[in-house]
Amino acid sequence: MQNGALLTKNWLHCFTEMNRPTLRLFCILLLLLLTACFMGICMGSQYISPACAYRVLSGAQTDLLTWRILQYVRLPRLCAGLLAGMALGLSGAVIQNVLGNPLAAPNIIGVNSGAGFAVALAGVLFPGMVLLTPAAAFLGALISVFAVLKIAKATEASKSTIILAGVALSSIFSAGTETVITLWPDALTHNAQFRIGGLANLPYSKFTVAGLVILLSSLAVFALAPMLDVLMLGDETAKSLGLRTRRIRSAFLVLAAALAGAAVSFSGILGFIGLIIPHAIRHFTGEENSRLLPACALAGASFLVICDTAARTLFSPFELPVGIVLSVLGGPFFIFLVLKKRGGHSNG
Amino acid sequence: MVKLENVSVSYPQKPVLAGVDLQVPEGCLLVITGPNGSGKSTLLKAIDGLMDRTEGRILFRGEDLLTMDPKERALRVAFLSQNRAVPSITAERLVLHGRFPYLSYPRHYSKEDWAAVHQALETVDALPLAKENLTRMSGGQRQKIYIAMALAQATPLLLMDEPTTFLDISHQLSVMKLAQQLAHEGKTVIMVIHDLRLAMTYADRICICHDGTVTPPKAPEQLIDSPLWESVFGLRLKRFAAGSGWEYYYEKA
Repeated sequence: MQNGALLTKNWLHCFTEMNRPTLRLFCILLLLLLTACFMGICMGSQYISPACAYRVLSGAQTDLLTWRILQYVRLPRLCAGLLAGMALGLSGAVIQNVLGNPLAAPNIIGVNSGAGFAVALAGVLFPGMVLLTPAAAFLGALISVFAVLKIAKATEASKSTIILAGVALSSIFSAGTETVITLWPDALTHNAQFRIGGLANLPYSKFTVAGLVILLSSLAVFALAPMLDVLMLGDETAKSLGLRTRRIRSAFLVLAAALAGAAVSFSGILGFIGLIIPHAIRHFTGEENSRLLPACALAGASFLVICDTAARTLFSPFELPVGIVLSVLGGPFFIFLVLKKRGGHSNG
Repeated sequence: MVKLENVSVSYPQKPVLAGVDLQVPEGCLLVITGPNGSGKSTLLKAIDGLMDRTEGRILFRGEDLLTMDPKERALRVAFLSQNRAVPSITAERLVLHGRFPYLSYPRHYSKEDWAAVHQALETVDALPLAKENLTRMSGGQRQKIYIAMALAQATPLLLMDEPTTFLDISHQLSVMKLAQQLAHEGKTVIMVIHDLRLAMTYADRICICHDGTVTPPKAPEQLIDSPLWESVFGLRLKRFAAGSGWEYYYEKA
């Protein structure tokens, strides 16, 4: 209880310490989140006005169809989108900062694919064990992230090597997932949606455990943010400031893997949020993690819900998996970043 | 007093320093110089416990720095690394990281921490840069900010690894004067630099690192005619009297 009060005090202090542009950014992000929530609830093949949604959910109006749409389709989808978006945005920011590589993101370095492969494998080995899915995804993500770290160390963390190693890992895991799905087509329910990434048909039971993992891991990441700030100063400086760099780096990578793995376990292999969001947010907050991380969580959640709403309304009555929208936006963004890097300073 | 007893440091399958004994009195500016790859920076890192393969004892005020908890060591030793990251944060935020060893749960920096930050920025004459982003600063300005971070750590021992590299001459001089001033105020400063003239002008003691060993620290006055310059660097060090003291120059051996 006392720890909770201290944490709240600490966070309040963060907000009071904020400069005006950062405060403005957080207000905009909160407004964006609110807009995303309204869009997620109201928009779809049947438009439901916010007032109507409120009346139906509060029981002031009896409309069974609307109630069912809200209760079984829109709200679970909104929650799943918020959780997955927050997890992937945060995971991307952590991975980029820990590896010191702005191009590293959960989908780029194979973390999402690793988690996806593990989920598919768990579907074959332990069919029907829903609770096992987040654990399998976490394990897959963890193996990928530490494999990349090992390769980064062996090659003295050359930035392009990290990306290439990640791409190779990603291909290996994707091939594994495809093999599993080909040999055991029933291993994954909605396997096409899983491979592209989507939020359709997700009852609460499918993401309750993963949601808890995401919330707890996010809190841990926020609490450890000052350590990530110090870690980003480089190993020598961080160690000389008393930080146990190996332990902290591993802790952050475990948390990043837990976040990405938990998101993949129910939303499938969603790409590019972990790349786009930290980049866009860093532009406004700088690299101070006590501001960057919560902003990435807010922006990631809003972005995924908005993209998902676009995915299911743009070609109504057909729905696209949100992963397609993310790839359409993220692919060019990644190319833009690569070109910007080439045009700018060398990054080793 | 900093005391190194039979210290050996190595990289995997490559010994760098062997059997180094060294004593540095408190309030002294000790400059370690030597050719590239002679182990100067390695020695500095070893003192701060940053080298995994370090044998022997490194005592500061009687306590062994090598067996100390990293956070405890960070309250005694500050290290200005040669490899300095340039994160997109303000100068005062970077300097605030110097207070990290003092931070306990819930990791909230206190008024004292902020006071130390502003004091450190003032010491390096960079208070007007407090709100500036590091990425928009010149190399010299960033160097000042990094030094301020080491000062905010408020340790009695300060290790500086090539703090004058890539700086123009006026910034080099101001860094050396600052190190001298800190030493006169009671801090023990151990610094690695290549410029022998700066070392001879500002150091209280100098030792030369070569062939895996370190010479005993000597005052510049005792070293001017040393044959070491010729055997280690292949040159002679000369001086002439200038207005405020000695000016040093090199002569090819």
